[in-house]
Amino acid sequence: MIYRETGQYKSNYGADEQIFPIRQDRIGVMIILALAYLVVPFIGNDYWFSAILIPFLVLSLAAIGLNLLTGYAGQLSLGSAGFMAVGAFAAYNFMLRIEGMPFLLGFILAGLSAAAVGIVFGLPSLRVKGFYLAAATLASQFFIEWVLTKFPWFTNYSASGVITAQKMVLFGYAFDTPVSRYVLTLVIVTLLALVAKNLVRTRTGRDWMAIRDMDVAAEVIGIPMLKTKLLAFAISSFYLGVAGALWAYCYLGTVEPQAFELTRSFQLLFIIIIGGMGTIVGAFFGAAFIVFFPIFLNLFTSTVFAGQLDPGMLSHLEQFVFGSLIIFFLIVEPLGLARLWQLGKQKLRLWPFPH
Amino acid sequence: MSVQGNSILTVNNIEVIYNRVILVLKGVSLDVPEGKIVALLGANGAGKTTTLKAVSNLLRAERGDVTKGSIEFRGKRVDKMTPPELVKQGVVQVMEGRRCFSHLTVEENLLTGAYTRKVGRAEIKRDLERVYAYFLPLKQRRNSQAGYTSGGEQQMMAIGRALMAQPAMILLDEPSMGLAPQLVEEIFEIVRDLNQKEKVSFLLAEQNTNVALRFADFGYILENGRVVMDGKAADLAANEDVKEFYLGISSGARKSFRDAKHYRRRKRWLA
Amino acid sequence: MLFFIEVLIGGLLAGVMYSLVALGFVLIYKASGVLNFAQGSMVLFAALSFVSILAMGVPFWLALLLTLAIMVLLGVVIEKVVLRPLVNQPQITLFMATIGLSILIEALGQMIWGSQVHGLDLGINDIPFNFYGVFISQFDLFAAGCAAVLVAGLSLFFHKTKIGRALRAVADDHQAAMSVGIPLKHVWTVVWAAAGFVALVAGLLWGSRLGVQFALTLVVLKALPVLILGGFTSVPGAIVGGLIIGATEKLAEVFIGPYFGGGIENWFPYALALVFLLIRPDGLFGEKHIERV
Ligand SMILES: Nc1ncnc2c1ncn2[C@@H]1O[C@H](COP(=O)(O)OP(=O)(O)OP(=O)(O)O)[C@@H](O)[C@H]1O
Ligand SMILES: [Mg+2]
Repeated sequence: MIYRETGQYKSNYGADEQIFPIRQDRIGVMIILALAYLVVPFIGNDYWFSAILIPFLVLSLAAIGLNLLTGYAGQLSLGSAGFMAVGAFAAYNFMLRIEGMPFLLGFILAGLSAAAVGIVFGLPSLRVKGFYLAAATLASQFFIEWVLTKFPWFTNYSASGVITAQKMVLFGYAFDTPVSRYVLTLVIVTLLALVAKNLVRTRTGRDWMAIRDMDVAAEVIGIPMLKTKLLAFAISSFYLGVAGALWAYCYLGTVEPQAFELTRSFQLLFIIIIGGMGTIVGAFFGAAFIVFFPIFLNLFTSTVFAGQLDPGMLSHLEQFVFGSLIIFFLIVEPLGLARLWQLGKQKLRLWPFPH
Repeated sequence: MSVQGNSILTVNNIEVIYNRVILVLKGVSLDVPEGKIVALLGANGAGKTTTLKAVSNLLRAERGDVTKGSIEFRGKRVDKMTPPELVKQGVVQVMEGRRCFSHLTVEENLLTGAYTRKVGRAEIKRDLERVYAYFLPLKQRRNSQAGYTSGGEQQMMAIGRALMAQPAMILLDEPSMGLAPQLVEEIFEIVRDLNQKEKVSFLLAEQNTNVALRFADFGYILENGRVVMDGKAADLAANEDVKEFYLGISSGARKSFRDAKHYRRRKRWLA
Repeated sequence: MLFFIEVLIGGLLAGVMYSLVALGFVLIYKASGVLNFAQGSMVLFAALSFVSILAMGVPFWLALLLTLAIMVLLGVVIEKVVLRPLVNQPQITLFMATIGLSILIEALGQMIWGSQVHGLDLGINDIPFNFYGVFISQFDLFAAGCAAVLVAGLSLFFHKTKIGRALRAVADDHQAAMSVGIPLKHVWTVVWAAAGFVALVAGLLWGSRLGVQFALTLVVLKALPVLILGGFTSVPGAIVGGLIIGATEKLAEVFIGPYFGGGIENWFPYALALVFLLIRPDGLFGEKHIERV
């Protein structure tokens, strides 16, 4: 009886159009945000911040970006890490080459650069669909990787191709401790997540979904295909670009193409699939799973099989379990954790009756 | 209830749940006598398709489950059979929206219907000709890609394809969907023909109550996952409530709100 | 000029090798709409199993048969355990499942057979022979022959047999196929077994080319542009696509690559395929997607 919206009357349009129309949801979100902002920074340690929470947040953000494109607008992309790379390198080069560029502006420019590149690579989507498009997006992945490694200008002629990210300083405050970087990431991610959550309820979001469900029909009812699809690519790439910059500056501390290889693109896809396509919370669920699961697995195998298996075997075993688990997940809940969450809520609403 | 004895299909009080939470059928029972046409009527979302899929067992692929009740075909429980097993037993479903194999030719489409049969080429060939005899337009288009044929041709192809399995019973889901009235009439004529000449029994889900009741022997009316009325097709067609709510014919007398209430009360009582 | 022709022929023959991998994709995609990313891992698994069995002292032909049995079994198990429960899920879900599968098979192969690099010698003379002044690799010719036989067989299978027809029906609409009594299980099992077989052929040829090692899985990335170009559903497309990609890739590498400091072979095939796609959105030979509103 706790989760029930009875008695919550909406007396004006504003109330009916809130992001979280149900009071319990609103309270839940508040609690989580309060925990993340007011409690975690004081109880977490450096390991948690820099090895778990920051990558979790950044991956969530990137997954939101991919989800806007794939989950909402229905354009399957295998090249998302490429756009993250664009973001990371754009941030680096803007800050390097423009004297006194504030890093936040650098991040925004990173997003915008990625968006521009995204639009270019989104052009084929106007002609090409489904897996043809997916395979075509691989072109962007490989091409971007190639450009960044082949043209030393992007890495400022660094010999190894790995560059140390510049310091992030805002009004004289340097974000150089893990906790400060955590809070910075958290602020950016919260902000962009809310924007995304809102965006998908607008006209734009509905147009995306219409295109996803059947683009010919969508075009027939007057949704401009060109604008809508390219907008999806642009916004999605913007998110990925910002996430790429955060990945380099807040998580790795270095800018390097190797951080954005094809496996990263697949990882993001796993996140949105496991979390739930076409949902914003799903990105967080999925990212949590991807970040935490290997840690648990590693902990588990290294305690259970300690000393009995050689490390090579152990890593294969982990890989094996990871692969199986992904398949298992897809079988049990193909709509992702977000769907389980929703079903749970639906059950709760009916509780104590079964149907 | 109605006719017992020589029924070919009996559905006993089934309940269907989708995705483990969405209760769609709340105890549906019906009965198809051997060699008859039974119409399953009701508004959008009443559960007609769900009922047919429960019988043909295509439900499971949509995460639907029959959680209560039983389904018998010729006195044998069939609720646990797979669709191919059912086809071998003689029950074939023609799905809503026709669902032809668009990249196969018309003839290839028909041939897929004979998949479960273990007979020689000659016999298949003969059956093919028989199907063409019922559906003349198909013969001319036998080598064109099915995806480019018209809606009427596709509906014929779907029924013809089912026929190739030599079924004793066809579950026909909304044959009238998206077709011109003239064509609907034509399709129903063929259904009646098949019923009389080939002795195929039909369970037929339809929105078009008017046509369905004209061609069917018996009818069931489904509302919100419950059977609210059943009887001989002629009786149903004559029933005041059916006339008013499904056929859109008012009985001439002035309508008042009380009549509607009368129907609602009756409905609740029946359910 | 002679050099150009030599590069061209080398490229065409290399392209046949891409086609071999692409074929495995086409089979499965056609029948179940699944883009099987694990095809590369299956290629590795096949090659790895074969060399390991060979290394145990088993004679060549017996090893081949045993590997074939293993691959068919693998295909059948994958179909039963992974894909059957995912019937009716969106294509992307199935695709992701096969990425999971590729991770799993790679790990499994290396857990069973170890992860060191093996050489594989099929006993085919790889001395290039001189054909009017152009040197052609005998091995490549042999590979091309294998591919030709394979393709002819598959085409016949799709168009002339009952199960082939059922398979195409399933590819179009598997619910409808089920409704007319085509047992999906059966059809898919056949397809996966066949894909296992194709993986074996590709694994042997690629394995003896590159050595049997982890990098074999990356042939998937070579096969994808071939698929875009030729169409995911077309057997001849896989071949022609492979030839085009192989030839242009080699030519570009030799004649254009140096201007960019090389390394273009990773993305060049994709760019090429994309250009083709813009002209023909369903690939050169892909079945036209029939779309009606
Ligand atoms: N796969 C599914 N998952 C969840 N709910 C479903 C599913 N299929 C149908 N339903 C629900 O079951 C109810 C009955 O649907 P059904 O398709 O049986 O109706 P119908 O009588 O055939 O309607 P129509 O005349 O529009 O075809 C509907 O409310 C529908 O939303
Ligand atoms: Mg229906």
